[in-house]
Amino acid sequence: MKQSNSSWQADFLEKVNAAGITVEQISLPSITLWQIESSRWQQFAELAVQQNLRWAAGWAEHYQEQFFIKACFEQNGFYIVLRTIINDASPELPTQATVYPAANRSERHTQDMFGINFTGHPDNRRWTRHKAWSDHSFPLRRDFPVQGAPEAVTPPDMDYSFVKSHGAGTYEIPVGPVHAGIIEPGHFRFQAVGELILNLEERLGYVHKGIEKIAEGRAPESLARLAGRVSGDTTVGHCWAACMAMEQAADIKIPPRAALIRGILAERERIANHMGDMGAICNDVAFVFAQMQFTRLRELWLRTQAKIFGHRLLMDCIIPGGVNGDLSEDDCILMKQEIIRLRSELSEILQAVDMNSSLEDRLYTAGYLSPDIAAAFGTLGYVGRASGQDFDVRRDASYAPYNQLTVKVPLEAQGDIASRFWVRNKEINVALKLIEKFIDQLSPGNLIADWKTPLPGSEGLGIVEGWRGEIITYIRFDADNKISRFYPRDPSALNWPALEKLVLDNIVPDFPVCNKSLNGSYSGNDL
Amino acid sequence: MLRLFKKILTTGVVTEPFKAAKDDELEQLGIQIKKFIDKKFSGSIAIRAVDAGSCNGCELEIHALNNPFYDIERFGIHFVASPRHADVLLVTGPVSRHMQTALLRTYEAAPNPKWVVAVGDCAACGGEFGISYASCGAVSNVIPVDVVIPGCPPTPLALMKGLLGLIK
Repeated sequence: MKQSNSSWQADFLEKVNAAGITVEQISLPSITLWQIESSRWQQFAELAVQQNLRWAAGWAEHYQEQFFIKACFEQNGFYIVLRTIINDASPELPTQATVYPAANRSERHTQDMFGINFTGHPDNRRWTRHKAWSDHSFPLRRDFPVQGAPEAVTPPDMDYSFVKSHGAGTYEIPVGPVHAGIIEPGHFRFQAVGELILNLEERLGYVHKGIEKIAEGRAPESLARLAGRVSGDTTVGHCWAACMAMEQAADIKIPPRAALIRGILAERERIANHMGDMGAICNDVAFVFAQMQFTRLRELWLRTQAKIFGHRLLMDCIIPGGVNGDLSEDDCILMKQEIIRLRSELSEILQAVDMNSSLEDRLYTAGYLSPDIAAAFGTLGYVGRASGQDFDVRRDASYAPYNQLTVKVPLEAQGDIASRFWVRNKEINVALKLIEKFIDQLSPGNLIADWKTPLPGSEGLGIVEGWRGEIITYIRFDADNKISRFYPRDPSALNWPALEKLVLDNIVPDFPVCNKSLNGSYSGNDL
Repeated sequence: MLRLFKKILTTGVVTEPFKAAKDDELEQLGIQIKKFIDKKFSGSIAIRAVDAGSCNGCELEIHALNNPFYDIERFGIHFVASPRHADVLLVTGPVSRHMQTALLRTYEAAPNPKWVVAVGDCAACGGEFGISYASCGAVSNVIPVDVVIPGCPPTPLALMKGLLGLIK
């Protein structure tokens, strides 16, 4: 990650100081950390939004009997972490969610997990908390035992105050948590007139597994395994971000060969998921030909992964300090041949898809997400890029092995489902080229760096471009190589709210394809 | 349209012959009961998949059962939208406490006789997540489980073997 103060940071710091906010710049090897007084939390956000900074992540930490609250901002690929410390049994600070809609659910998560009150929050209903713990207990506080005090049967979450609609002719459709397909659980509450969607409210949190809490006290290898299961489809992405953060905290550099193999793994994961999604989008509008072809190609792709990397979904291939296995000459030849074959198959299938008028009819203009809304919610990855948000960590905040080459970032401007389909296709093409280049750059060398036990309190911030977009993972170590805090911010956390907007004025039967075009991770969101 | 037909034609049939699991393999999956199973299920089962807290890795491999290589429907196994139509609940994940009631209600909604197949290491024993304030751990901690298909996640082939073992 780039660390030097870029010009905007210096300019911005002047403006912040001029506004009367005292910023204590804390020098950390891998993070630009600014500490301010908690009362200035919202004022800082107001200045940040004027400067067009993107709000990227927010989390808290109960550390040494104090509450550390953090927010991460980005511009031009440079990140700053804003921090404030509150030493109070009932901590509170002014919200940033009135300034940045993207901060909304994150602050509600922090409220539920830490009992930190964000004053002036536009919607301070509980979010992650359903009924598994009471409103007086906060799982991520130090005194909360990992086992908690659950009832024998956790009651259903019946009294959440959903937005209501009134008036003749409007009606509500509750959907979930158990859905009709092979899909993760979550609840969607529609208000509709006829088939037209007036409003959609998401209620997530059903697959909250206490990932942040059970991470505490783990050793690095064990944390990497857990990170690889934050969202199964993003096992490489999350594992990489977590390992990157741990490696920063431990101050170790991974060998070049390991970085290249990580790059190959990440691009393979991107391609596998994009192929699955492209097929599924077509399937949701009953174009089964494409679904069958894409699932066939995906299956072949996964079989190669099983053969070369020992796991169809590439779980646990990345480990702290490097990677878990090497690539032989034969493996590289096999992958290159497979890429040639895949390109020719994809071009045949996509020509058939592109010429199909019924598909055009369903995918064009449906599920429109305007560039303004995409920006306001800080949407990431293919969702953002299909609505003109020109950002990709691999290019803009480059890291090994991407910093050795130029990463092309395809964009689409229409913001509809078709855009999100075609941007995935373009990303597959870029990823295929990247894999070829990484293979060419492989030279003999170590696969893993020697681990060094990090000093107690060491921190790291891993930022990678997962297949869904930017992943930000914060890690702090305790003494004895043990994890004190693990916070993985999946891109889904920022993309999910965009779904509530892009379905508006679509018809209810188009919801599945709208949802699939965004394909948020429930598990990655709920943690 | 011609392009489409050409691609279908040149792709051909990729569906693979399936070798049924041997008895000892089935026993590993916990299907000792197969000799006594209810005849009502023979030849066909309807499955309701329930993600009770999974990381979604298992879902990816369950999805793969429907790709043209495995094409599990050719054996009379199909996924249904309602638990009321289901013979089998295919449950993944450690059961998150927030999904506990939903899983119990889905189980109650499925008509008797019914089977529960716990898919994946988390469903089998809690896996990486175990039991905590947020997780009930294994599926068997919440509803009775008949068959366990372990793996993180189990491969489509392991899933096929486990499911076909039910109707053998």
